[in-house]
Amino acid sequence: MKIILKNLTKIYPSRDKNKPDDVIAVNGFDFEIPDGKLIGLLGPSGCGKSTTLNLISGLELPTKGQVFFGDDDVTNLPPENRGVGLVFQNYALYPHMTVRQNIMFPLTNVKKKERLSRKEMEEKVLEVAKLVQIEKLLDRKPSEMSGGQQQRVAIARALVKMPRVLLLDEPLSNLDARLRLQTREEIKRIQKKTGITTVFVTHDQEEAMSISDMIVVMKDGVLQQIGRPQDVYDAPANLFVAKFLGNPPISLFKGEIKNNLLYIGDSAIMEKKLSDREVYVGIRPEGFEYDENGPLVFDLERVEVMGRDTSVVYDHACSISDNKRAIIPSETGKLICGDKVRFSIKESKCHLFDIESEELIK
Amino acid sequence: MKRNGLKGWLYLLPAIIFLGLFMVYPLIDVVIYSLEEGYNFASSSYYGIGSYNFSYVLHDPYFMQAVKNTFVLVIITVPISTLLALLVSLGLNSIRKLKELFETIYFLPYVTNTLAVGLVFMILFKKTAYSDGLINLLINFLGFSSIDFIEGPYWAKMLVMSIYTIWVVLPFKILILTSALASVDQQYYRAAKIDGASKFKIFTHITLPMIAPMLFYLIITGFIGAFKAYSDVVAIFGTNLNAAGMNTIVGYVYDMLYGASGGYPSYASAAALVLFAIVLTITCINLLLTSRKA
Repeated sequence: MKIILKNLTKIYPSRDKNKPDDVIAVNGFDFEIPDGKLIGLLGPSGCGKSTTLNLISGLELPTKGQVFFGDDDVTNLPPENRGVGLVFQNYALYPHMTVRQNIMFPLTNVKKKERLSRKEMEEKVLEVAKLVQIEKLLDRKPSEMSGGQQQRVAIARALVKMPRVLLLDEPLSNLDARLRLQTREEIKRIQKKTGITTVFVTHDQEEAMSISDMIVVMKDGVLQQIGRPQDVYDAPANLFVAKFLGNPPISLFKGEIKNNLLYIGDSAIMEKKLSDREVYVGIRPEGFEYDENGPLVFDLERVEVMGRDTSVVYDHACSISDNKRAIIPSETGKLICGDKVRFSIKESKCHLFDIESEELIK
Repeated sequence: MKRNGLKGWLYLLPAIIFLGLFMVYPLIDVVIYSLEEGYNFASSSYYGIGSYNFSYVLHDPYFMQAVKNTFVLVIITVPISTLLALLVSLGLNSIRKLKELFETIYFLPYVTNTLAVGLVFMILFKKTAYSDGLINLLINFLGFSSIDFIEGPYWAKMLVMSIYTIWVVLPFKILILTSALASVDQQYYRAAKIDGASKFKIFTHITLPMIAPMLFYLIITGFIGAFKAYSDVVAIFGTNLNAAGMNTIVGYVYDMLYGASGGYPSYASAAALVLFAIVLTITCINLLLTSRKA
């Protein structure tokens, strides 16, 4: 089921008398989520991604705009009539019910006519429990399970009614690092197997990039960019997206275009057929190439060996990012010595942004 | 280890002395009193040891009346007050505007003096030479004849007593239940909404189980409190409760000690122990029932 958001806006009236301005949590969202895909809603805390999820689920109603599931306008439908499954950040498993009762709960709420028999319900529960691999834990209480197991129960409960849309709110934030890796693959597997259009919210760009078919980057309630993870990474629409994606983060410099040449400081880095102006230069860490005759000269702070590759921490007068790091293969990393290091820049990894609008200069 | 143990006892000593003097000793003394037959207050002497005091108390029509009154009061007031408190708390929990105001209003009876409230109830219900009381005015208005609630038929007196008791115990229960309701994580309600549960089902399957521990607590303390009813009865019917036929078990104990026909600590002790046995039994049944559910 594809999801279409049309001019979706959510405004919260201000509760603080000293700050009478309303809070615009989601501002004019307009995009389409294709059928059967796994979508990551990505952005820093407070950017409105959870609100967007709640608007899709129906737990909150939009101030303006519409939500469509396929061709159905579900904007004014309550959650139970939308056919959505939602996994809460803290799972919200009912603590007084067993796992079986938790998973069965949505089925028991179906109206009399369409309700399944007890036996059919049991079968459904077992089926979905098998899908998330908790069939042996059905008689436990949530408090007797680990975080990862609770997460699976929450997913099973969201899936048991075979929703048209599955929503996950920060699904991995309550798990430890190792479990996080495992669970995100698990989510991908379950999503692929069921083919249900799935939207998940996260502030962790790595999480979003690794399993999403598409990512939606948000900031302050405004959509920044939507696209396949690699496309967004390779062609960030603006400075925010460029800074938000990638680990280690992108290196930023103040630069200038003069006579069709891009300068950082006094060194001409590469040719750019653009009119003369000041620009922000963003270079991905893997965009630096160790080159004894390279145009870009850095003060060498230190070299961090990571085995597969080498991380070069540099300093430069024009640098404006906190993270000053270049990643180069360990073979060339071995060659670095002295207190200066020279690089040439891969053009595809170097992005220019307008000083005023911070938009990508194409 | 041994020194630490000694130190521990030393620290506990003040509490042990205090509790021993004012709780354990009186308890033992009550048992002793209840077994001393024909105890004389003035000479502190008695004839013998036995169960006569219990048999006297259990055959005393006044005591049996008191037991009956107490049970009727408990059976009427505990369920009604708990249910009412639950309804009021649910209401309070679902409103936004003026919530604090209503909470204060519902809590006011708790900080009001029992006897003062009793007086108000007298004005509402009592028939005097000058007026039949406000409630009777209302009854007259509806076309019925006046009822003497304070000195009239048993059911009328019990009605006043029950209304009064419920009114007095309600605030505390509301306080406990509103805080219990407020402490239920909103996330469960959101989850239940997504799961398509109806309002009624959310109440029975989410809210009730979540506040069940507090409900059980209220029911158990409610039972105990109602069995120990006394001051409320005095507030409405005065001290001559046997004459009014409205005595309670605690009232009987008091009368046996200090009442007009008092001076019988042995009978009083026996009656007190009977009350203790009743409360113990009911509490045990309550705990058994609730622990099975949990």
